[in-house]
Amino acid sequence: MIIQSVREILTTQGRLSTPLSELREDSDLYHAGLTSLATVGLMLALEEEFDIEFPDSMLSRKTFGSIESIVDAIEALQD
Amino acid sequence: MCLSHDVLDEAYRQYQQELVDAGLLLPSGVPGVYGLSGLFEGIIEAFERYVTRMGAHLTPEVVRFPPLLSRDSYLRTDHIETFPDLMGSVHSFVGKEKDHLKLVQKKEAGEGWAESLTPTDVMLVPAACYPLYPTMANSTLPDEGRVVDLRAFVFRHEPSPDPARMQIFRQREYVMLGTAEQAPAHRDYWLKRGEEMLTALGLDVKPVVANDPFFGRGGRVMAATQKEQALKYELVAPIASTEKLTAISSSNCHLDHFGREFNIKTADGQPAHTACIGFGLERITLALLKKHGFDPNAWPVDVRSLLEL
Repeated sequence: MIIQSVREILTTQGRLSTPLSELREDSDLYHAGLTSLATVGLMLALEEEFDIEFPDSMLSRKTFGSIESIVDAIEALQD
Repeated sequence: MCLSHDVLDEAYRQYQQELVDAGLLLPSGVPGVYGLSGLFEGIIEAFERYVTRMGAHLTPEVVRFPPLLSRDSYLRTDHIETFPDLMGSVHSFVGKEKDHLKLVQKKEAGEGWAESLTPTDVMLVPAACYPLYPTMANSTLPDEGRVVDLRAFVFRHEPSPDPARMQIFRQREYVMLGTAEQAPAHRDYWLKRGEEMLTALGLDVKPVVANDPFFGRGGRVMAATQKEQALKYELVAPIASTEKLTAISSSNCHLDHFGREFNIKTADGQPAHTACIGFGLERITLALLKKHGFDPNAWPVDVRSLLEL
């Protein structure tokens, strides 16, 4: 399951101030403490895990703003 | 407008040559590292006094740091995570006579002698405000926050033919440490005041939302985030090119990045927010020389008067 892997990567890379277990799929990760620096680690770990490369057009806060948006982006890149 | 690199490089080289021919810049043999003439330095000094007068009502604390930062402090700024390609690390020789002999032999043989050097305790300062925060670590700010007047040579490893892109240059800053409301208010105030100050000197400046040159693809996320949040504004003006404008000042919010890392707290116990206006002294001088010509005696009377030239 993509979503499970995303949650695991967020646990190791996200450095969130809110416990991941309290976050819904559409919760705002930036409100949960995701910094732009942590986003970089998150992005690189996702690329490694899913063997994808985020294009420049996706390198924004919107892509990494929630678990849902991350899963959507991965699915779009895997198609 | 999208300009080809060739056209821009040509404009850069041409203006650099004009400055060198006029004796204003003394080339060092390394792109972006110059000696400056007395006339050039005189304009910088006059502009600095102008900045001092325009900030005097804030009664800032004045602090001057050397262009060196302890390696430990450097590592706490996240610079290595965000701008590794711009850093400057100071190395020296640590060894005995035999090691020295080898070092000199390598030098004489044209081999890589620098690999034998050892990192020292210091790094070159990448931004004028970086040395300030460690000195304020574990402190609590007064209710009104603190405003600090800084000026330092800063180093950025980005060799370029553009005379305005120096590897080592001076930033004059007013930094504010305060609450989440005080810091952005300082930024907004100085963005406007900075624009007025530079416009009054006849420069065609305009503010633009900008981003720092964060490293790599990950850096693009950071740049996009910085722009979305409108944390950084630059005041841009024409120097070598009228199409590709050059940032001569910038006014930025750092949120609580430094407050958290260095445990600087507001009076009510929150991590301090910081913000700054930074004037690029060499770039402003280059913009003035471009706009008004190489002879300050022939500059418009109102500009000479404002700068007390």
